[in-house]
Amino acid sequence: MPEKSGAEILIDILVEQGVDTVFGYPGGAVLPIYDALFQQKKIKHVLVRHEAGAAHSAEGYARATGKPGVVLVTSGPGATNAVTGIADAFMDSIPLIVLTGQVATNLIGSDAFQEADTVGITRHCSKHNYLVKDPAELATVVREAFAIATKGRPGPVVIDIPKNVQVATASTDVKRPARSRFTYAGEADYAEINRAVELIANAKAPILYTGGGIINSGPAASEALRELAELTGAPVTSTLMGLGAYPASGEAWLGMLGMHGTYEANMAMNQCDVMVCLGARFDDRVTGRLDAFSPNSVKIHVDIDRSSMNKTVRVDLPIVADVGTAMRQMIDVWKGRKYKKQPLTEWWSRITGWRAVDCLSYPDSTQEIMPQYAIERLFEATKDKAPIITTEVGQHQMWAAQHFHFDAPNKWLTSGGLGTMGYGLPAAIGAQMGHPDALVIDIAGEASIQMNIQEMATASQYRLPVKVFILNNEWMGMVRQWQELTYESRYSESYSDSLPDFVALAEAYGWKGIRCDDPAKLDDAIAEMLAHDGPVMFDCRVHKTSNCFPMIPSGAAHTDMILNADQVSGTMDDEAKALV
Amino acid sequence: MHIKQELTERHVLTLTVDNEAGTLARIAGMFTSRGYNIDSLTVADISEDHTTSRITIVTKGPPPVIDQIIAQCERLIPVHKVTDLTEAGPHVERELALVKVHGTGDQRVEAMRLADIYRARVIDATVNSFIFEITGGPEKIDTFVSLMREVGLVEVGRTGIVGLMRGADAS
Repeated sequence: MPEKSGAEILIDILVEQGVDTVFGYPGGAVLPIYDALFQQKKIKHVLVRHEAGAAHSAEGYARATGKPGVVLVTSGPGATNAVTGIADAFMDSIPLIVLTGQVATNLIGSDAFQEADTVGITRHCSKHNYLVKDPAELATVVREAFAIATKGRPGPVVIDIPKNVQVATASTDVKRPARSRFTYAGEADYAEINRAVELIANAKAPILYTGGGIINSGPAASEALRELAELTGAPVTSTLMGLGAYPASGEAWLGMLGMHGTYEANMAMNQCDVMVCLGARFDDRVTGRLDAFSPNSVKIHVDIDRSSMNKTVRVDLPIVADVGTAMRQMIDVWKGRKYKKQPLTEWWSRITGWRAVDCLSYPDSTQEIMPQYAIERLFEATKDKAPIITTEVGQHQMWAAQHFHFDAPNKWLTSGGLGTMGYGLPAAIGAQMGHPDALVIDIAGEASIQMNIQEMATASQYRLPVKVFILNNEWMGMVRQWQELTYESRYSESYSDSLPDFVALAEAYGWKGIRCDDPAKLDDAIAEMLAHDGPVMFDCRVHKTSNCFPMIPSGAAHTDMILNADQVSGTMDDEAKALV
Repeated sequence: MHIKQELTERHVLTLTVDNEAGTLARIAGMFTSRGYNIDSLTVADISEDHTTSRITIVTKGPPPVIDQIIAQCERLIPVHKVTDLTEAGPHVERELALVKVHGTGDQRVEAMRLADIYRARVIDATVNSFIFEITGGPEKIDTFVSLMREVGLVEVGRTGIVGLMRGADAS
């Protein structure tokens, strides 16, 4: 009976599951797996410079390709460094397989060198996790892990593999199938779909509130959304996670909703009579003050995860289903019943009125680069190249969401739920690995980029031509903005002191560095960045104290948006201060 | 500013789960990490092939929170089925307690008399102590324990409740 080591079995099953790229970092407890990797050619290993980079790169790869991302790290610090990325993937429902080394089974619990309780630490920030104690279980566990990570609401699955399990051998004869011990929603109940379609068809002021679930459901779901919007004539808004599912150039597009969403999107959410939530989850960044959230609407919620139903907002018609399938069913019913597209004239005229507020306008300058202007010019220069945009977290992220426009899914990779600074550069590296010929740009802030800046070396090593476009305002901008709005401009520790010379840093890593602080020269500098066939770090010096508007302040309703700096009072009560 | 508290309801949930390492930690930890309460929890293997366990959790929270607790339990991979006995209708709840009392003379006689009324059995006796075994609903056990306080209670061990739906069907 042929036997193979745990490490070899692992590699075999990864190949069987279609894995071509692994993001990882070697260490003592995974040396047997690294040795097995060395002796094969089917899987490419990307050596990151920090395990957080491995997890975020795998997330970027997963989001850009729709395939699960795979991470390989050692025990102890290797695993704990990857935890932020695991938690990030859990919040944003990104399929990851995280393989962690562990000390030998006989040493577990003895405080051995580089031992950490990885399954304990990751239990509540992963969709599921395993400690494999026998190489004979490995094939089954890994197959099951791929199924769990990708099916239903996707998420990260951690597999902790002790070193002796990697070395010990087991029979490869038995083809054990993955246990199918979990169920996940697929098609919706037609009675619910019929009711949803009737509600939409009879609505005077409907809105489609879309989210990342549509991206996760796959490209067919984005197609279905476009068709559903066209059939019903309803306006479409999206969460941060769902940008690109409906094209920003589409007629029904209202822009993003929520804390830094557009005036028209938030007003329409507040005033609608039928809200159709498609693959979104009524996050606090979307709802604002809950008791004032869309007070007069009938709410339909389609989500694959039952626990998303009624979690924060009570809905009238919960539909637990795959959102792409459910939208396809709605389209079939709509057509089957020969409903006509309603003109919704009054509703659209109100929306036109809200649009006229021009909430994304900003004070222009010929002296300094306004951050919004920088994003607009970057968009204009790249929109015909179908770029993949990643971001870090903060003001630059919100400006990118507002001023960069996406017409296709899987082009916008941002840390939404967890809000992880340092996400963008490794995510860009992962996206570039998945799409070697794509234009991949990390829109960054000067503070966030430093959180995983070591990954510049990874891009250099694999000759990945990622572009990092830093909106450098020398502040942790969003922290500074909140301190200005909430704490009477007491700027506690939010100044980005002692910044590196980003151009010199770029050159030190073998990248090209560009600096620009003149709005008149910005287009040429962006063209220079795009013309370079290697990685580029662009230090875009922008106006230092610009704030990101519109903004729904903490604890406020959709109708209480701050549209510009004149409306800022600088103080808030304790109830509002207690909200994040 | 003060922290607001909401009115809560008591619910008895039963969970059918895979009998494997980490399942209990996953469930108990999920309660902790999401801020839910556990009043009592019992777990034991219930299947012939030792692959399935049944967990009974008594929890409390406002109705929307109870609904979330059930949904969050169902979301866990090793959890196959969750039943809210309190919502589902007529059901029985039982708990077992071991109650040790110390005393002599009239106190000892009174303890014995009360135990008889509550149908508690003596499972250990010395010249100056008893251990009683009592089963019943939580209120009966609460009452019995408070009576025993008057006659020399030393210590109590309780299992937490288990419950089943009334009638012929599985819950």
